[in-house]
Amino acid sequence: MPAATRARWAVIAATSLALVVTGCSSSSNSSSSGGTNSAGVVTAWWGDPQNPLEPANTNEVNGGAVLNMIFTGLVSYDPKTSKANNANADSITSTDQQNWTVKLKPGWKFSDGTPVTASSYVDAWNYGALVTNKQVNASFFGYIDGFNDVAPATGAPKAQTMSGLKVVDDNTFTVALSQKFSTWPQTLGYSAYYPLPKTFFSNHAGYLNQPIGNGPYEIASWTRSQKMQLRPNTQYSGTIKPQNGGIDLKVYTDTNAAYADLQSGNLDVDNGVPNSALKTIQSDLNGRYLNQPAGIIQTISFPLYQANWSTDNAKLVRQGISMAIDRATITKVVFTGTRTPATEWTSPVLGAAGGYQAGICGDACNYDPAKAKALIQQGGGIPGGQLTISYNADGPHKEWVDATCNSINNAMGNTTSCVGRPVGTFADFRNQITSKQMTGAFRTGWQMDYPLIQDFLQPVYTTDGSSNDSHYSNQQFDALVSQANAQPDPANSVKDFQTAEKMLATDMPAIPLWYQNGTVGWSSKVSNVMLDPFSVPVYTSITVK
Amino acid sequence: MGRYVLRRLLQMIPVFIGTTFLIFVMVHALGDPVNALFGDKAPDPAVAAQIRAQYNLNDPLWLQYVKYMGNLFRWDFGNTFSGQTVTSLLATAYPATLKLTAVAFTIEVVFGISFGLISGLRRGGVADNSVLILTLVVISIPTFVTGYVLQYLVGVKWGILPATAGDPLTLQSLLLPGIVLASVSLAYVARLTRTTVAENSKADYVRTATAKGLPRRRVVINHLLRNSLIPVVTFLGTDLGALMGGALVTERIFNIHGVGFYLYQGIVRQNSNTVVGFVTILVIVFLAANLLVDLLYAVLDPRIRYA
Repeated sequence: MPAATRARWAVIAATSLALVVTGCSSSSNSSSSGGTNSAGVVTAWWGDPQNPLEPANTNEVNGGAVLNMIFTGLVSYDPKTSKANNANADSITSTDQQNWTVKLKPGWKFSDGTPVTASSYVDAWNYGALVTNKQVNASFFGYIDGFNDVAPATGAPKAQTMSGLKVVDDNTFTVALSQKFSTWPQTLGYSAYYPLPKTFFSNHAGYLNQPIGNGPYEIASWTRSQKMQLRPNTQYSGTIKPQNGGIDLKVYTDTNAAYADLQSGNLDVDNGVPNSALKTIQSDLNGRYLNQPAGIIQTISFPLYQANWSTDNAKLVRQGISMAIDRATITKVVFTGTRTPATEWTSPVLGAAGGYQAGICGDACNYDPAKAKALIQQGGGIPGGQLTISYNADGPHKEWVDATCNSINNAMGNTTSCVGRPVGTFADFRNQITSKQMTGAFRTGWQMDYPLIQDFLQPVYTTDGSSNDSHYSNQQFDALVSQANAQPDPANSVKDFQTAEKMLATDMPAIPLWYQNGTVGWSSKVSNVMLDPFSVPVYTSITVK
Repeated sequence: MGRYVLRRLLQMIPVFIGTTFLIFVMVHALGDPVNALFGDKAPDPAVAAQIRAQYNLNDPLWLQYVKYMGNLFRWDFGNTFSGQTVTSLLATAYPATLKLTAVAFTIEVVFGISFGLISGLRRGGVADNSVLILTLVVISIPTFVTGYVLQYLVGVKWGILPATAGDPLTLQSLLLPGIVLASVSLAYVARLTRTTVAENSKADYVRTATAKGLPRRRVVINHLLRNSLIPVVTFLGTDLGALMGGALVTERIFNIHGVGFYLYQGIVRQNSNTVVGFVTILVIVFLAANLLVDLLYAVLDPRIRYA
């Protein structure tokens, strides 16, 4: 072969290979333009779920959004008032607040046509609790009798099922709790408590590829890490019927890419609005944008397991630090109004009946730099001479931590009173917290599992609370929480919880900063877009114009 | 030639083991990934212990690596935390990235060489100067800036091309990310071609060819360009690997679910199986591209011989 031909061949080969590879792709460009099609299908923003789509194994928003659509639990929460209403349950009753009888509405079916029975719930809960199934939400079954046998802290489980769960007949089962818990029925809307069809146990791998539920939608197709198509479930027996022809969830690698698609009409609902877009979003979308508080509170916690943070004087210092933070300015400037300054330790989404009462924190959460400095000095100054606020650097936290430190420094009249301390990754950050390695303050956040004041206080601030990161321990607080749980009347229960919450204002184990808002923008093709108290769009109510 | 190739292939083994081990160590230096699975909540100790056992996280690092490599040779890249096999991720991600790279590579080769040829033949002219300025601008702007600006202008504001690629990937939707990805390399290719073409146009063999009375077209394409392409091909070969790596940024901007997407997600979720698996394949691509370039030398320039 002459040299000239060989050279030309080399160049041509390189380019034609490229054309061949891309050529395959251009043949399949049938209807990829996204957006809404004639069947009334809504396209919505989505991220890749972190865990397999099992109800008791999903604790983040992406997997949660899907489970919410394909399942309906015993109760469901009103998107506007957060009130728990019976959904799949006909009644959940108890005479002693500890032993409960659950009756199901008869005739409900999973989308594969099999019936929803009492065993669908009991089997699902036993599966979720059994430690060898490695479900991240296993601790939610911790209130049920026999949980310690299926999930001992160390060693192999002593039993495969929890002794507190008993099937009475097809539509009835009983639950024995290990303690009195009057608001327990209202917790049952959480995804960990969803029922599971028989096929989950008989063909587990197949189920994970296409989960089946009893909710308003069913999964029509799912291309892992790319998109999921949900269509109305014809077997659905509940009252919250979809108002659209289905939801197409599109996985985005980057929130900016989703926002570009929203603006160019390739995406209908975007609840992953990037921070960079917040300043212009109102004009970009002609007001098709919602920004409302969600059941998420951000706090700064202290390592009360360290000797210098556990003294009585340190309480004054913590109160002082809280007063030195200018929440109003930071939420406005750093967060462009997508946070609401906190005045207590729960969330406004609970509503007054649910236990939210503005101002429980009192003066300690009001910005007062002069008094802040006085209190900190009265308490003997900041332990160690300097306050560090640790945060995970892989999240969007640097800006507000620096702003908070500036606010504290200004109040103290000293530019080195407070510094941010970044920790490389979220996993490492959580690792340092759970292994009690923190020596200074650190950021904490709490996203509610169900809209109850109990969920904001018991797991976070009771002595053996599962997420008590500051290791706060106050026996009076614990006693009041137990008393509240035993109150048969919800109003009295809420009152006891609020009395307990008031103790946090003096002890200040964690400084309430602000409530995180949920944000959503939508295209001109859809309407009736709402966010529920978990800041997830209410997909069923979206209508297509 | 055969012995040369064999020697090169054998050299790849220590490089391969070294890079995978480094990546493995680096991912593990980030700390225990299990806590992150539980979000802002404290993990249930019993469940966390079970998950650690499942992913061999309790073993010393060297043993984890040996176990991982053992599985690798059985073509088992392990699982992600969401229960997918890494091999299935590789199977969806690499075709996507390959398509993007192919589009970018085509743009780079076609436009880079044409621009370089034109400005090399008409040195000091308007075309030459504008190519110089244009390439200077492109080289000095980071890819993500070009990406976001072009996405906003072409995709959102004017609506000429799709703002993001999405699924399924079409040639049309890959055009914009392809241009962005190719832009910097394109500028280098153009400059490289211009320099060598300018140099070689004064060479004796070009003068001889012209004196022989060959048409200018043949002189330029068959004689001048072929000899000028040798350094360009070297650059293109190594750039093929760089393009696949550079696709990381471009893929995120244009929502392409390729190597960059999975690598980023793997790093954020600290899933060493995903990260090491994807990097392993990237390493192989790099090594293969380098070998290919070295072999192409011999094809382009008969004077080069490999023993």
